[in-house]
This record gives sequence, structure tokens and C-alpha cells, in this order.
Amino acid sequence: MATLELKGIKKSFGATEVIRDMNLEVQDGELIVFVGPSGCGKSTMLRMIAGMETLSAGRISIGGKRVDHLPPTDRGIAMVFQSYALYPHKNVRGNLGFALKHAGVNKKEIEERVNNASDILGLSEMMERKPRELSGGQRQRVAIGRAIVREPDVFLFDEPLSNLDAALRVHMRVEILKLHQRLGNTMVYVTHDQVEAMTLANRIVVFRDGGVEQVGTPLELYRNPVNTFVAGFIGSPAMNFLDAQVVDFALIVAGKRVCSTPASNGKAKLGLRPEHLVLSDDGPFKGIVSVFEHLGGESFLHMTLPDEQMLVAKLDGERSFAPGDSCSLGFRPDHCHVFDIDGSRIASGPSK
Amino acid sequence: MILKERISNTGIHAILIAYSLLALFPLILILINSFKSRKAIFRDPTGLPLGDSFSGKGYASVLSNSDFPLYFGNSMIVTCVALVLILLLGAMAAHALSEYQFPGDSFIGIYLIVGIMVPIRLGTVALLQLIVDMGLANTLTALILVYTAQGLPIAIFIFTEFLRSVSREIKDSARIDGLSEYRIFFEVVVPLVRPVIATVAVFSMIPIWNDLWFPLILSPGEETRTVTLGVQQFIGQYTVNWGAVLAALSVAILPVLVMYVIFSKQLIRGITAGAVKG
Repeated sequence: MATLELKGIKKSFGATEVIRDMNLEVQDGELIVFVGPSGCGKSTMLRMIAGMETLSAGRISIGGKRVDHLPPTDRGIAMVFQSYALYPHKNVRGNLGFALKHAGVNKKEIEERVNNASDILGLSEMMERKPRELSGGQRQRVAIGRAIVREPDVFLFDEPLSNLDAALRVHMRVEILKLHQRLGNTMVYVTHDQVEAMTLANRIVVFRDGGVEQVGTPLELYRNPVNTFVAGFIGSPAMNFLDAQVVDFALIVAGKRVCSTPASNGKAKLGLRPEHLVLSDDGPFKGIVSVFEHLGGESFLHMTLPDEQMLVAKLDGERSFAPGDSCSLGFRPDHCHVFDIDGSRIASGPSK
Repeated sequence: MILKERISNTGIHAILIAYSLLALFPLILILINSFKSRKAIFRDPTGLPLGDSFSGKGYASVLSNSDFPLYFGNSMIVTCVALVLILLLGAMAAHALSEYQFPGDSFIGIYLIVGIMVPIRLGTVALLQLIVDMGLANTLTALILVYTAQGLPIAIFIFTEFLRSVSREIKDSARIDGLSEYRIFFEVVVPLVRPVIATVAVFSMIPIWNDLWFPLILSPGEETRTVTLGVQQFIGQYTVNWGAVLAALSVAILPVLVMYVIFSKQLIRGITAGAVKG
């Protein structure tokens, strides 16, 4: 167990800069999630922590010890890959014990640690099987087992659930969460799935184009996103953004005053989460239903405002609408997010 | 639809069967004639060795010739050693080319592969000079070196293509597990590409085993003759002992056949299944 510290890290491939000045301190036992769209540098950052990529600048410390000049195996890390990366010619037992065998650990201890990992992950039944005889979920468990056996200071996960089908993904997500609670290790988890990020993380790091947009707990990110990128990335369905005008501290959308704001006069963006919009006869948004999706317990209402802007609302499953119906939506003022025209949050905006 | 499919299936099979017959015909001709007397061969080349046309004389003269085990041994040594060198050096070079980035890597890649386009026999005179200067004339070493050089370009070419498809994550995973780069190659990469190794082995083996040109030029000495060269002693200026020539060729097919059977098991089996996503 250890802390992980990233300081002033930069990475370029030729002329392209993939990581611009990354700074982060991960506490002992923290599960931190790197999230962002593909190509944002989050996997490269993880590979640099693992030692598979060199740094262009900066330093990495694990447990207070600088490690960026060390080979991967001496850094006290273990990694779980998206493609599982099991050794196909070795059975489960061989896969789990391989690293220890190479490190010259004695046989008795190898067996102990392998059996311990297989108990944690429920692999005891399939120890003699080859990877090709396992299902996707089982393979991923073996890959995680291989990491546990090494007893690392820091676990690294590189999109470990992306290759699994939806049901299994939910199941394995819970397994990883349980594993973290049980082992209490520092973990870094890379994903592009905001649901995984929200459910797993102690803290989330949102990446974009090689830079960090925001670091915070899932709820901080959800409630106080620093800009429209983070606001749109966290939460599903994504936050609605409406073009607005500010006149005398009032926010005007489609010619109607919707709420007050501390922003100065000019253009602004209003962000509203679909789950915060409610049906309300005297609400500020009146428009025409364009699409109505009913999911049983909940429903998504897509509404077109008079000025052609679109709005999605997440409603309960009680009422039904047909395309063409008119309706009106309202919201609590403390649920609105106001951004300036460049997408940055207006500092003293409503927050909770 | 089904009828159409059936017709096209029949068509494909007809073509394949015709091709198989065409390819097998010379082999069968060698085999049946190797069991016939000289007269019978010329009387009826396509006839089966039945009744009075049957003769084991060819085999008798081949097997009683005490030099033949030597020729076989020479061929086996040359083929096996050259094959091991081609596979080992070829796979290692290809691994380096596909896995590492270093200054001049693309130049070295092209340099190693360009040999495919230059027939090695064009350089025979220079090769002979070189071999003589090195004092390797009339040795098996000369043949092994030349065949290794001959086989490497195509081997590297094929290996590079396949090694690129080996999952980078498995190699990274081995690195985290603390394996040295050599062990990653031998313990992780090689087992993954066994089918490709078998393919390249078959590709490289047959031209070496069958070659007459280089043994004739570089190592024609009595002690270093290979099977293909040894057979020539039955082909005289005035008489040709066809029975013995054909018998020797039939026997010479056997080792290649055995090696092919060994490798072909690997050819069919795709071992990567289940290693990565799939």
C-alpha cells in the first residue's frame, strides 16, 4: 500500500503532445478513476505509471520513492489489461504463478499466494483450465488474480471491463469494488465509461486532450462541474446546454426569463440535467414534444423549444406523451448551472 | 439458391481434385516406376508394377550402396541446422523489427527483406569465391550458411507480419511480471506464433532438401554429398539406372513427408484462441 504522486508529467510522441503537465496526488488506499473520451491521454498516463512508456518530463513517485527510472517490475505495481493478456499456453494456475516463479519466490509461498488469490476471486474450480476454455468474465478474473498474487503497492486497471457484455460488466464492477474494500490497496482505474467512474471512484480525474479538466469526488463533479465538458461527460443522459442571454442578472432563454444569475450582461450557457427537469404548468420552458422514449420505470422526453433548441428531460414512468404534444417543464433554481460562452463555470453560480 | 451453391461447390471440388491429380501424378509415377524393372519402365511408363514387371532391384541397389546413409545424414544435417538457424534468427529479427523502435529500424527491415527479390543463385560465383577463401569448400557448413542466407528474407518477412499481430498487452504484461526481453521472446511470443513457425519451417525446408545447385558447386566431395547429389551417380553418361534413381528419390521423399506431418499439426491449430479478447 502506498501513495502515488505524479508531478509535472509531460509526454510527447514526436511533435504531438499527448500529456500536458499532469499533477496528481493519490492517497494511500484511494481508488482513483481516469475518465475521458478516447485519445485523451488517460491510457498513456497509466502506461507511464506502469513503466511501459517513458516520460518526456516530470516525475512519478510511489510510496514516496521515485520510480520513473525503474523497470515496470520494480515499481511495485500490477496491471490488469483490457484484453486480459493472459498467457494462452499456460493454465490458470500457471498464469497466476508466473510472475512469482520468475521472481524466484519459493514453491510453498507461490502456492499459498495463488490459492489465496483464487479463493478471493472464486477461481478454485478452474485452476487447471487454459484461458481459451474460460468465459470472458472468468478470464478477467484470472487477469485480476494475476495482479493480486504479486501483492503490489498500486493496482492499475486499463479499461478492464470494456470487452465484457453489459450484464457481466455490472457484475464485475461490483466485484472490483468489493476487491478494493477487501484489499484496501491504492488503485488507478482507466475507463471511458462515466457510469464506471461514478460508481467506483473515490475521486475522478477527467481528462481531455492530454490535460486534466477537473479532479474531485463523483458528487463534486456531478454537482459542481468546472466547465461544460465535465458537465456533459458526467451524468447520463448528458446535461442539456441552452444558449442564453443575461440581462440585469436574469437569464433569458428563448425570450423568457428562467432564473437569476450573478453573471454580467451578455451571452451565457445554461446547463440543466435531464433528471432535474420536472413537468410544471407554469415552468419557463414551453415547447413541442419531438420524441418520447418510455423505459417502463422512467421515460425520456425530448422537447423542442420555440427557438429550435432541444431539451431532454428524464421523467417518471407515470405520464405518456406523443410527438407533437405541447408541454412545459420547470426546475429548481439551485439545480441550474451557468457557464460563460467559453464553457467555464461562472464562479459564484448556484451550487449545492 | 441451394442448387446454385451445390453447383458451385461441385465446381470448386472438381477443380481441386483435378489440381490434386496433376500435382500427385509425377509423384505416383516415380513411386510405381521405382518398383519396376528398367525394361518395364520404358515399355509401359504408366503401368502398375504387377507380375513380371515388378522388380525390387532399384531399392536393392540404393540400399546396398553403403554411401546412401551418409548422403541422407548429410541432407538431414544441412536441412535441420539451416532450418533451426532460419527459424531462430528470422523470428528474433522479426521480433526486434516489430517490437522495438530504434534509429534505422525501417532501413534494417528493408535490408533484411530485400533478399526476397534477388535470387541467391545470381551470386553463385561470388559465393563460391567467398566459401573457398574462408576454407569452407566441401564442407556442410558452407551449405548451411548459404541456405540460412537464402531462407532468412522470406522468413523475416512472414514473421514480421505475424509478430505485429501479437497483442502488445501480453508482452507488457510479461514485462510487469519481470521477464527479460529474451524470455519474453522465448516464453511468451514463440508459443503464441507456433503455427507461423511451422508454416515458415515447411516453406524453408523443401527448397533446401531438394536443392541440387549448391551441393554440386560448393560441396561436391564424396564425404559431403547430399541425397539429391548422391542420386546423380546413377545417372551415367551412357546409361541411366532409372530403377535406382527413382527408388532413391522415393526414399528421399520420406523424411520431408515426416517433417511435414509433424509441422502440419501446428499449422492447423490456432493457439492464440482465448489468449486475448475472443
